[in-house]
Amino acid sequence: MGKLTNEDLVKKISEKYSDQVTLLGEPFGLLTFETGRDQIIDLLTWLKNDAALQFIYLTDITAIHYPELPKPIGVIYHLHSLVNNVRGRIKVFLEDADVHIPTATNIWNGANWMERETYDLFGVIFDGHPDLRRILNVDDMTAFPMRKEFPLEDPNRVDKKDYFFGR
Amino acid sequence: MQNHPVYTDNDPQTELSTLNLGPTHPATHGVFQNVLQLDGERIVSGVSTIGYIHRAFEKIAEHRPFYQITPLTDRLNYCSSPINNMGWHMTVEKLLGIQTPKRVDYLRIIIMELARIADHLICNSVLAVDTGAATGFFYVMEYREAIYEIYEEVCGSRLTTNIGRIGGFERNFNAIAFRKLRKFLKEYPVVLKEFENLTKRNRIFIDRTKDVAAVTAEDAISYSWSGPILRATGVDYDVRAMNPYCSYEEFDFEVPVGENGDVYSRYLVRQEEMWQSLRLIEQALVKLENEPSDIFHADVPDFYLPPKEDVYNNMEALIYHFKIVMGEIPTPNTEVYHSVEGGNGELGFYLVNDGGRSPYRLHFRRPSFINYQMYAPMSRGMLLSDAIINMSSLNVIAGELDA
Repeated sequence: MGKLTNEDLVKKISEKYSDQVTLLGEPFGLLTFETGRDQIIDLLTWLKNDAALQFIYLTDITAIHYPELPKPIGVIYHLHSLVNNVRGRIKVFLEDADVHIPTATNIWNGANWMERETYDLFGVIFDGHPDLRRILNVDDMTAFPMRKEFPLEDPNRVDKKDYFFGR
Repeated sequence: MQNHPVYTDNDPQTELSTLNLGPTHPATHGVFQNVLQLDGERIVSGVSTIGYIHRAFEKIAEHRPFYQITPLTDRLNYCSSPINNMGWHMTVEKLLGIQTPKRVDYLRIIIMELARIADHLICNSVLAVDTGAATGFFYVMEYREAIYEIYEEVCGSRLTTNIGRIGGFERNFNAIAFRKLRKFLKEYPVVLKEFENLTKRNRIFIDRTKDVAAVTAEDAISYSWSGPILRATGVDYDVRAMNPYCSYEEFDFEVPVGENGDVYSRYLVRQEEMWQSLRLIEQALVKLENEPSDIFHADVPDFYLPPKEDVYNNMEALIYHFKIVMGEIPTPNTEVYHSVEGGNGELGFYLVNDGGRSPYRLHFRRPSFINYQMYAPMSRGMLLSDAIINMSSLNVIAGELDA
């Protein structure tokens, strides 16, 4: 355990994907990369299968919404190399008009429900997913509730405005 | 997975029946629905429907200050709420760079390990009930009550505890809490041993659980399993040992692993984890003796609410109280992932902060949600009665499943 350090990981990734993967930072020791949706499956497969890296464990898939950015929807993967005990985070940002990303269910079976949840809450469409239905909300819901424009409560209430909460 | 013959729809001789197992079936211990296609008593296929108690915690959390999110985490895995509470506090402390005193860490370990015992004790005794041994359940349930009484002394509530604050605890442990804890440590091992004697080498129990729903380590990792059910397959992944938090690295404990990932291995792993938790609590009590007994929170006036009498009598305390409640204190503009070993596995908090008073985005990595997705695929070819036991041993908690 512990043969792989974060510096090694950055070096290996930049050797293989020099301009396709950018390093966003290392908040609290967790390396964060950004890539495009064309490379994501290739990158995840390589990270999982490379003998030195072995990111065999998919911790989580989720998304985030930044309405003011040109690419507002970010899909976030958390990976864990159980062998080396190194974690990594990969982000892919998507345009609002075209929220398609290839599915990771062919790499990890566990991606199935994580992607369904992400679709349910953010409307990210995972191309090639075997069963992309809503999972937590009712089937006939039309909105994607975790997007920022979706109100939490009755928008006419004045006592719960965002500026009371630091925003 | 078992190799029973599975008849397909093309088989002209079979006539399949559809069974709605749930949403409120007494054998499922929660709001779970599975629509099963049955060939006699064998399950041919199943579809899980979840979300019956989805309460949109991630959305609500975006509109709440950090300290008001703790009660939301209570309602994830409500069999071990304190672990969720502590996990959330530690996530915020990591974000804000708060260093907690050692005594706080040890007190937290005591509470978290008590919660783990309460969680595993319910799971294993309910498993015994499902295989026909109701006695053990009533016997150990008394000690969950004893654990809840300790919570009550520390925080005043029992099930949804809201225990602790960002930076430590809301009040110091009193003498009664320690007395109850020592009483528990004295009495519970006897009871746990007796429960073990009832089940561990019981022919009926073994016949019902051994080789039922066996899962390989490869499958378990591919499905992102974590917690006791992953360790039952032989993978020694425990967040407490791999990414120690809350001073777990100072403690001497073992991570039990199973052999073939069946229901019996999961039972054994949970049973052994309870013994290890008792060891941890005893070590923590010894370590506490060397710590000043009046420290129960970190010195972070920016985030830890001052005592009420100080707010009334002390200018600075009043200012801090006002600033905390009104959210006037800037927070770092960054993101953090922190995970703890919950009752069911890796409970992760992914917090994206934009400098405000509430999270920009908060995502809970809920082990029950991720563990449960293998349930329908692994039930194929299983007997219906085995599938019920399998669900008990996965220990899926509806609150954590649906968030």
